[in-house]
Amino acid sequence: MTKAQQPFQFATASYLTRICNQRATRLVELYKGLGECSDASIFYHTFHSLRRHHFLTEGFSDDFAQWIMAGCNLAELAEQLASLDLREYANLLDLRNDLRSLVADFCLAFPERAQQKAFEPFYFSEAIEVSLPLGIEVHSIEEFYEVLGKLGNASFHFHFVTSRLRLHLRSNDFSLWFSTGLGMDKLAQQANRIDIYTNTLEAARQQLLYLISQELGP
Amino acid sequence: MTETRRESRAVHLDDYVPVVGAPKMQELHALAASLKGRSVQMVNSTSVGGGVAEILSRLVPLLKEFGVNVRWDVMTGGNDFFEVTKAFHNALHGAPFDKSPESFDIFLAYNEQNRARLEMDSEFTVIHDPQPAALINGRTNRSGNWVWRCHIDLSQPNPKVWSFLEPYVLRYDGALFSSPDFTHQLPVPQYLFYPSIDPLSEKNRDLEPEFIKGVLERFDIDPKRPILTQISRFDRLKDPVGVVQAYKIVKRYFDCQLVLAGGGAADDPEGGKVLDEVREVSAGDPDIFILDLPPWSALEINALQRASTIVIQKSLREGFGLTVAEALWKKKPVVASAVGGIPIQVIHKQTGMLVHSVEGTAYQLRYLLSNPSFASRLGQLGHEHVREQLLITSALERYMTLFLHSMSRA
Repeated sequence: MTKAQQPFQFATASYLTRICNQRATRLVELYKGLGECSDASIFYHTFHSLRRHHFLTEGFSDDFAQWIMAGCNLAELAEQLASLDLREYANLLDLRNDLRSLVADFCLAFPERAQQKAFEPFYFSEAIEVSLPLGIEVHSIEEFYEVLGKLGNASFHFHFVTSRLRLHLRSNDFSLWFSTGLGMDKLAQQANRIDIYTNTLEAARQQLLYLISQELGP
Repeated sequence: MTETRRESRAVHLDDYVPVVGAPKMQELHALAASLKGRSVQMVNSTSVGGGVAEILSRLVPLLKEFGVNVRWDVMTGGNDFFEVTKAFHNALHGAPFDKSPESFDIFLAYNEQNRARLEMDSEFTVIHDPQPAALINGRTNRSGNWVWRCHIDLSQPNPKVWSFLEPYVLRYDGALFSSPDFTHQLPVPQYLFYPSIDPLSEKNRDLEPEFIKGVLERFDIDPKRPILTQISRFDRLKDPVGVVQAYKIVKRYFDCQLVLAGGGAADDPEGGKVLDEVREVSAGDPDIFILDLPPWSALEINALQRASTIVIQKSLREGFGLTVAEALWKKKPVVASAVGGIPIQVIHKQTGMLVHSVEGTAYQLRYLLSNPSFASRLGQLGHEHVREQLLITSALERYMTLFLHSMSRA
């Protein structure tokens, strides 16, 4: 059993949703809002929406795409926004710029449609995170496997999805520890490739458990 | 059957482990660890009756069990005060306000009386709804953290009443609303706090099949044919007549039954009129069951929801519409109007079907009756959605997160 010098410490995060005073009733207003809203708002409508609707695998994974589809009936643009892969972003500025760029291109190409009133307003909101240690630490992959089997969605999301922003890396807490703590680079890469869009969080956790079980052998 | 009926006991935190899972409870305990011994005060205007009292009566004991030093105070007032606050309540929902200017003085006088009576020295104070909103006058030197929890739909308030109330709201550290649609452009932080249902309450807990069967027998409802149900007061805004019209369209294609169950007709003259109208449009159809139930019918409502093939909520206007969450929790496919807080609960084609008309309601009912596996999937996902967002455990999490966030800001 390989023991890591630095244990993996499990934490969890709980969120408050703050409704901002900014709202959009047309696509052009969404574009303006995307430029002015806080980073916490970009986080809420992208990374955090994955957690709020983690049990759904259909529909769009981010709130902007969902509103553009359901509120503005602009399917093509909605698909473009939804196809941005959050795993590719190590900071929110790049994500914000790409979201804005897609919406700006559409507004320029179809100015009348960008001015049409949506069926419902879009409320810019922010996620306020309170993170806490769970008081659980593990030193080996065997111990990690055991804890992962009983881990809640909030903790899994915190380590596997939102960690990318904390680390400013295209990785996650688990992969980082597999690689730097245990020297298990292959497992780290495989874990990082798990698709968080086409899976529920629970299914993603099960995939990670499977990958580790393959490493552990019979 | 009677055993199911009479069973009632105090609920504890451990009882929620089989409902939301041990990991979720572990996360709640992690949040609570930093709040042990911290003082919290909840203030509202009634200890029994109404949704707020119902939520607090479950929430406060659970917070205590987590080690939070929580106190629940109820403000007192005369009939004149409650007449004014009822008018406030209706006006904040958008109704006209025809009370005299003295009514504002009555409101403030009772708030002042309660301010003098109540000890308001907790670290966190949560004031529920407009009635006690002016207790903020009792705050000294911006001590503690004060938030205003608004349980009502403030989307189109009467300007006369809102302009009176708003300056008090602005003195709080934050305001909590049930839907983004109810928020306003305010300089204080506004947080989204969904209402919640208790999965262990009589209205929502699991029932024995024999009890459900017994309830259907009592009302002569056939368990072998599809049952479409709307649970709501007999109120025009719930559009029971529209539900009957939708059912009549569906009936051309499916041999189904309709249950309209609720209360409010006995003590509300308007409710009585609506009930008469519903009986009139339903006359001659033995498959329509109109049940005017007494307020103590939680288990019967629970059984009717569980026995339903599809649950309808065809409201014209709605606050949050927690009956939708109740149906989703029971894994029922739901067809509901896209009004008030319903779209928060029903994500179209994923956790239910949203509709905008009688015809749309009928169409989606037919679709779900024709596609039972899709209907079942909606119910399953709806159940998960409620588990994540709309159970009392989520409410506990939100409050504890709010208190921790306030501590970190301080």
